Amino acid sequence: MSTETEAPTIKTEIPTDGQTAASDELPSKGVASPPVFTARDLTVYYGDFRAVGDVNLDIGEREITAFIGPSGCGKSTILRCFNRMNDLIDIARIEGSLLYHDIDLYDPEVDPVAVRRRIGMVFQKPNPFPKSIYDNVAYGPRIAGVKGSMDDLVEESLIGAGLWAEVKDRLGSSALGLSGGQQQRLCIARAIAVSPDVLLMDEPCSALDPIATGTIEELMKEMKNEYTIVIVTHNMQQAARVSDRTAFFTAEADEATGQRRGKLVEYDETSLIFSNPNDDRTEAYITGRFG
Amino acid sequence: MSNTAKTSATGRPSLGSLQKRRTADVKGQVFLGLLLLAVGLAVAMVLAVLFSVIVDGLDVLGSRLWSFLSNPSSSDPEKAGVVQGIRGSLLIAAIVSVVAFPIGIGAAIYLEEYAEDNTFTRLIEVAVRNLAGVPSIVYGLLGLAVFVQSLRGITGGSSVISGGLTLSLLVLPIVIITASEAIRAVPSSLSDGAYGLGATQWEVIRTQILPAALPGILTGAVLSIARALGEAAPLLVVGAAAFYTTGFQGFLDQFQGAFTALPMNVANFAKLPADNWAGHAAAASVVVLVVVFFINLVAIIARARITKKLGR
Repeated sequence: MSTETEAPTIKTEIPTDGQTAASDELPSKGVASPPVFTARDLTVYYGDFRAVGDVNLDIGEREITAFIGPSGCGKSTILRCFNRMNDLIDIARIEGSLLYHDIDLYDPEVDPVAVRRRIGMVFQKPNPFPKSIYDNVAYGPRIAGVKGSMDDLVEESLIGAGLWAEVKDRLGSSALGLSGGQQQRLCIARAIAVSPDVLLMDEPCSALDPIATGTIEELMKEMKNEYTIVIVTHNMQQAARVSDRTAFFTAEADEATGQRRGKLVEYDETSLIFSNPNDDRTEAYITGRFG
Repeated sequence: MSNTAKTSATGRPSLGSLQKRRTADVKGQVFLGLLLLAVGLAVAMVLAVLFSVIVDGLDVLGSRLWSFLSNPSSSDPEKAGVVQGIRGSLLIAAIVSVVAFPIGIGAAIYLEEYAEDNTFTRLIEVAVRNLAGVPSIVYGLLGLAVFVQSLRGITGGSSVISGGLTLSLLVLPIVIITASEAIRAVPSSLSDGAYGLGATQWEVIRTQILPAALPGILTGAVLSIARALGEAAPLLVVGAAAFYTTGFQGFLDQFQGAFTALPMNVANFAKLPADNWAGHAAAASVVVLVVVFFINLVAIIARARITKKLGR
């Protein structure tokens, strides 16, 4: 069903601020204010290893922002800062600042559990719980303390994830019996059942076939009306097809230690990144010359 | 089947190069043979044990099964039975379930989910593994010092409580190790998914990790019960009786009074002169095997039901 999607919507009209070269340094270029996330000099360490450093970018509200780049460039690591999933890794630590609206996400007063209820996540490998389809969707609301029947909420969430028609007659059967693409849409339904503000998607289609991928891409475009979406992807065509803005990360060997460290190279409107990148490394990557 | 096309002009692979090799794969066959031999020997030994106890015990079990199961110990070979041993073993299994399982599973959850991964934690893990290899008689000495002597007021000295607590200590490392491994085997994608929905650590453990680890934890629990039911040496040190008469017993005496267990019955029968007591030890062994088999069966059924409920 995705085959006829109007090829990457390369907008020809150059945004006005794109011509004022002076704004190139601004990470928030063109993002409608106020941004949902504001990262300033965001750096993540695993122990002594600096995994990705000095990331400056703003994420626009109700936009799809794609993080692309070769393996090891730190794009997933940055994504996992946005809902504090990195807290689960003992040795991970961050420097710099990350604002969610106006709140410092890493303020000691901020509860990561509350953060994750507002900022949902969909993972690379579909990971439904070994429960029924219904219980998967109801899991988030239940732990959030919602009592009583959740039939309506489950139905709404499954409709929102484009899965309702396929599963409405077998809500009680195990989620593990679904196909990979259905499982991933179930994970999306599960994430939106807690009415988050933002959805983080970490390579959500990398384990899926092209048809399931197309379905999820369509779904993302619809969900953009309600949610701010940040997606990490290895698939440049996917970034070009679905995203409004694209951040290109790369990994470069540190001169002193020889360790490969991630960095943000370029962040701009997707149409510009793919038609007229500023940086040679971005161009080399998107034209397939490396990575 | 005729090899007409050995090589074709176009350089395609010939049929011959893909045919099954005619020369025997000697090393592979020898290896396979050794493996089969190992399996065969293992099975043969188990069957030999089963066969010998059943044959030796058949005399007693065949002629007076019910009285053997329901009579207490006696000096008369025609009357002696193992009911005291069955009662003791079942009580010990109950005590181990109540004491060793909660403590062992709790320790495993702490070590796997809460404890920081540092030298101290690793030291504890190594210590637990080593404890699993300590000879059981050493646990018997510990039980004698702690439960029989120091805590006599509670345990009543050489009682089924002392025996059960001693065997709980003995199996505790096994429970911790198997539960730890079951918890560690739960895929992190499950806990990530729950954390990503805003679950607290306790909610993740309760709703995802423990249910997924339960079949493995249950397997470890059954193994440890079977181990506890088979031990005689620690009970000997703790003071299980070879022979005692059961007069009127108050409720507390059931737990604090003299006791024995099935392996003790086996050991005691085996010590008696063979001409009168031939077969009693073997018959008691069969009873032990049957009890352990039934406990295993219950656990396997429970495991299957849990697994089915989880939808795997």
